[in-house]
Amino acid sequence: MARPLDSLRDTRREWMINRSRLVAALLGISLLLAILVYRYYSLQIVQHDDFLTQSDRNRIRMEVIPPTRGQIVDRKGRLLAANKPTFVIGVVRERSEDPTVLIQTLAERLSLTDRELEAFQERSERRRPFEAVPIKLGLDDAALATVAVDLHQLPGVVVDAQLTRDYPYGEALSHVLGYVGRVSAEDLQELDPERYRGTLHTGKVGLEKRYEPLLHGKPGYRHVETNAHGRVLRVLEKQSPEPGQNLRLYLDLDLQREAVAALGDQRGAVVALDPATGGVLAMVSNPSYDSNLFVEGISYADYAELRGSLDTPLLNRAVQGQYPPGSTIKPLISLGALARGFITPDTAVPDPGWFQLPGDDRRYRDWTLRVRGAGHAETVDLRLAIAESCDTYYYDLAHRMGIDTMAEALEPFGLGQRTGIDTTGEQSGILPSSRWKRAALGEPWYPGETISAGIGQGYMLATPLQLAQAAMVLANKGESFVPSVVHRVGDLTVGGLQRPAVPVADADWQAVVAGMVDVVHSASGTAAAISKDIGYQIAGKTGTSQVVSIAQDAIYDEDAISERNRNHGLFIAFAPVESPRIVVAVIAENGGGSSAASPVARRVLDAWLAEPTDV
Amino acid sequence: MSEYTRFLEGSGRDFSRPQTPAERLHLDVVLLTPLLGIMTIGLFVLFSASDGDWDTVSRQIRNFVVGFGVLLVVAQIRLDTVQRWAPALYLLALILLLLIPFFGVGAKGAQRWLSLGFMRFQPSEVMKIAMPLMVAAWVVRHGLPPRPGVTVTALLIIALPAVAIATQPDLGTAILVAASGAFVVFMAGVSWWQIISGAVAALACIWPAWLFVLKDYQKQRILTLFDPEADKLGAGWNIIQSKTAIGSGGWSGKGWLQGTQSHLDFLPESQTDFIIAVLAEEWGLRGVLGLVVLYGIVVARGLWISFTAQTSYSRLLASAITLTFCVYVIVNMSMVAGILPVVGVPLPFVSFGGTSIVTLLLGFGILTAISTEKRILSR
Repeated sequence: MARPLDSLRDTRREWMINRSRLVAALLGISLLLAILVYRYYSLQIVQHDDFLTQSDRNRIRMEVIPPTRGQIVDRKGRLLAANKPTFVIGVVRERSEDPTVLIQTLAERLSLTDRELEAFQERSERRRPFEAVPIKLGLDDAALATVAVDLHQLPGVVVDAQLTRDYPYGEALSHVLGYVGRVSAEDLQELDPERYRGTLHTGKVGLEKRYEPLLHGKPGYRHVETNAHGRVLRVLEKQSPEPGQNLRLYLDLDLQREAVAALGDQRGAVVALDPATGGVLAMVSNPSYDSNLFVEGISYADYAELRGSLDTPLLNRAVQGQYPPGSTIKPLISLGALARGFITPDTAVPDPGWFQLPGDDRRYRDWTLRVRGAGHAETVDLRLAIAESCDTYYYDLAHRMGIDTMAEALEPFGLGQRTGIDTTGEQSGILPSSRWKRAALGEPWYPGETISAGIGQGYMLATPLQLAQAAMVLANKGESFVPSVVHRVGDLTVGGLQRPAVPVADADWQAVVAGMVDVVHSASGTAAAISKDIGYQIAGKTGTSQVVSIAQDAIYDEDAISERNRNHGLFIAFAPVESPRIVVAVIAENGGGSSAASPVARRVLDAWLAEPTDV
Repeated sequence: MSEYTRFLEGSGRDFSRPQTPAERLHLDVVLLTPLLGIMTIGLFVLFSASDGDWDTVSRQIRNFVVGFGVLLVVAQIRLDTVQRWAPALYLLALILLLLIPFFGVGAKGAQRWLSLGFMRFQPSEVMKIAMPLMVAAWVVRHGLPPRPGVTVTALLIIALPAVAIATQPDLGTAILVAASGAFVVFMAGVSWWQIISGAVAALACIWPAWLFVLKDYQKQRILTLFDPEADKLGAGWNIIQSKTAIGSGGWSGKGWLQGTQSHLDFLPESQTDFIIAVLAEEWGLRGVLGLVVLYGIVVARGLWISFTAQTSYSRLLASAITLTFCVYVIVNMSMVAGILPVVGVPLPFVSFGGTSIVTLLLGFGILTAISTEKRILSR
């Protein structure tokens, strides 16, 4: 509508106004454009280098490639500690249509626990945009196939593979292998953080801990170009990691399982060594636990149960359990006494069934009093003393040798000192002497204590491994090796390290071993029960060690005391006698007596000697 | 050329008989040629920003075609018709805007759309056009320069829809709509002291607005402007990444399709609001300056059209449309470069998106119509 008055308006004035405002606008626009151009100039020219660096840093990332942990195999190459591929399911919120629904779906499909969901929420709070946040860890192939097979098709879900430690034989080997666990803050204080970048697990106990530096390997690196979502687009530069070394053990899986089976529910330990090398053929501690529980972090309830159990399943009895060795040390004392001339093989000692120190009323009872009213015989010689484990003989011998000579005689067999086995937590046991007592307890040594030391009681403590090592020295006529679980690391042999030999005269050895053979193979031997249907000769020695000291003259009644106060049963042996291929030490905790231990040893010996020799 | 036409000031042409096809179609070649240049550049940048997605590019071409169709139609409309229908259009847009809270459909927490069943549209876009038409009609009706009462009424006409749009919330569009109205008032010759006191009043409103009006995410955007490093991975992410993209481009850029910031997805909204960063990264400052020059030609031509327009209404309209276009460019390029808060303003004819293209070309239709208006009056 052309307004009729338009032409009458002061159009010239209006035009002038518009024109001046146009000029103002033009100036304003020019000013703003100049500012804008200056801003782009400043960003693109002045600060160009900074931003170029930043854009490169944006897209180029250095990634650590963690090394593959070395595997552990038994002497026949069977995998005992393996690296199992597992899967991590993660969520990228930005890519999902509705994160809440997605997480709900995942929670149902993967049956996530509240704890897992909580951990996921915590992780989510510290993420960057487009970062995948793990929601479920440690899924194995099978679980992935059943619950998660099509999950990666859901938008926002990523499935990542990683390697996790797996112990296929679980409880049977947990005390030998130990376990790995998540790297903790404490671990990092002793580990090189550079070498552990990107590594989630480290050895915590056992071989896994002892050989950690070799098992771990060296991480590699790669420079990758990534997009904003962190997805790797191409690799610009790469240095491969050096995988950790594999460990090959002396241990034989079959023998180990046989030893586990032989112990059954019996608390105790079995250690079997190869006398030719000191290699550990089997090492069992019962009860045990499942190493796999620790890999991804054991739940509090599980851990509390293991920790709180009266049966101390976490204790590796083979190297950490310290027991009075009882009569198992009699062959060792005998060798020492023979070498020092305290006895000859023919020395006969009267045996009334007890021993009395001169001028002392106290009677040191012989264990045979329980079976017979009197001692073994009128007099007892070395062979009979060993075969029937005559206490009176050794009370007398101990009294004559004195504690310090006895300690000196036993020390070369490795009692009272760590064997140096390649695992963690080894205890040294106690080899008492007057000097030890003064240092440890601040008291003088009493003669009566020498008498009980003569039968491996009193202060004396030894680990099953120490007993096996002593048996190895016997089997080898004095030659000795540092016990070792690991045979080879990669191509390097680490086992078979020799210890100083114990000088043993052949005649002395013959005399002692004759007694040890009788332990099993003579009708009155203390382990005669295990000689049934045997096709080879065993040299053995039984032992029974008291858990509580028994009142003078009281006849010991097993049923009257609670199970945990029952005697420990022990047995050491080697076989075949003429050319020993295996030595074994067994302890049956509260087994009542050696009859709980010797059949276990027989099964282990049978299993091993059935093996072809050239293994 | 007849004797008569020679006496027409500012004219070398015979307006009674258009001689070129463009003039016959009421098209201003000087205005539209740089526009086509911008669009061509825009398509290349969009092709890169979409990672070579032909589908996106062809949809954008379709947007241009539709937009030009609208421009062609609008260019034929006489300005007095426009002036006559402006209040009706404004009222319609206002009613539609006010209907949104009741019938609107939304996305991402904002209600901006009305659904007609077969199509959805944004009443705020209609208002972008209706606003300058209406305000110009209002002030022209009462003579220039406007008396204070007229100015106040004009400001109310501006404020009502602007507030409605801001509460959708769509701050970017609200600013553009308000600006297009305010430019009319400015061009109409409101005295400088009124402008200054208005500006002071607006500044005084900032504090209460901060306390009561602005939503948290809007405040966040403003705070982010001053310290993007404060929340690197959150609110600051966009601005840090866009500055990195621009800065790493340098003088000559990383090359077309070679921008790492955009192609590796570091740059957000790279096809829409932040597309200038893609251009800056891949084409460098050279490319940015080239584009700015093209925009400058368009703006200069728009102002020239205003300068030479026949009626006050045409002049006000032409300059308001041109200045609003200029605001698009400056606000968008400033926010991407981190000198203005991030508000949703696209880069004209480069950012992907049909609505803004159609709205802008509709405005340019009016502009070209003004440019080719019959010169019936001498000054």
